[in-house]
Amino acid sequence: MLRKNWWKILCIFFLLYTFIAGFLGSVPARPILNETIRNLYFHVAMWFGMMIFFIVSVIYSVRYLRHNRPADDLYAVEYARSGIVFGLLGLITGSVWARYTWGDFWSNDPKQLGAAIALLIYLAYFVLRNSLTDMDKSARISAVYNVFAFAMLFPTIWIIPRLVESLHPGGMGNPALDTKDIDSRMRLIFWFGAVPGWALLGVWISTLRIRLQLFSLNQEHNA
Amino acid sequence: MHKIFSRVFLFVFLFFQSVKSMAQDSLRKEVPQMADGMRSNGKIYVVVAVLLIILAGLIFYVFQVDRRLTRVEKGNRASKE
Repeated sequence: MLRKNWWKILCIFFLLYTFIAGFLGSVPARPILNETIRNLYFHVAMWFGMMIFFIVSVIYSVRYLRHNRPADDLYAVEYARSGIVFGLLGLITGSVWARYTWGDFWSNDPKQLGAAIALLIYLAYFVLRNSLTDMDKSARISAVYNVFAFAMLFPTIWIIPRLVESLHPGGMGNPALDTKDIDSRMRLIFWFGAVPGWALLGVWISTLRIRLQLFSLNQEHNA
Repeated sequence: MHKIFSRVFLFVFLFFQSVKSMAQDSLRKEVPQMADGMRSNGKIYVVVAVLLIILAGLIFYVFQVDRRLTRVEKGNRASKE
């Protein structure tokens, strides 16, 4: 049990470290950001989680298209689902933060719009899946669509936010945060606490859903 | 005549003094307000405690789901054999 589940324990340690050091650790003083710079460990980590899950999802979709194994499609769906959950949390936490720094929950900032468009494209993935009743066709078409949805991540969250002006920390250039804003202490908590911790939690939840789906699939076969 | 001259001089002098001090005010670098004191006596530890409880609860919940699922999966495998 321990040999298979060591990463779950690691996930708990990462998150504990993030929550304790994230609030009690000292952070550099920056105008406008003030103490909200700590959002890096939570809000920004959501987006990193989302990107990781979408990457995993598209890999499984491509594998499904190559080998035609139903399990691969299942993995792709569940990772895309976790990606959307993390992305929505990132969007909501971002707009709460924006309310108190920019003055409004939603100000049509290019980064907000890009993230919203990316999430809508992924929501359409589920609409497409559920609208097709034939299992094989549904899996195949949605796998192709997933590749397209992933391709749309590039302009919506990686390219356009880097090109246009934005209020978001980092401004032009890095879409997440000005790398000059954070220091090595924060970088340590972010890369060795927040990102792996949240990502592993998402993987954990995804695997639970995958196991559940595989189980019910087996039940149907046996029945 | 002399009086008026000295008054004008005084006015101009004071005017520039005030402009100078205003310029200095705007030049003085604003130090961002940080809640440094809050970490020690602003009850931030309470927030940390609350969040740790929430985190522990969530992880416990996920763990329970995990365990139940494992049990069901094992039961299914046993019934197949």
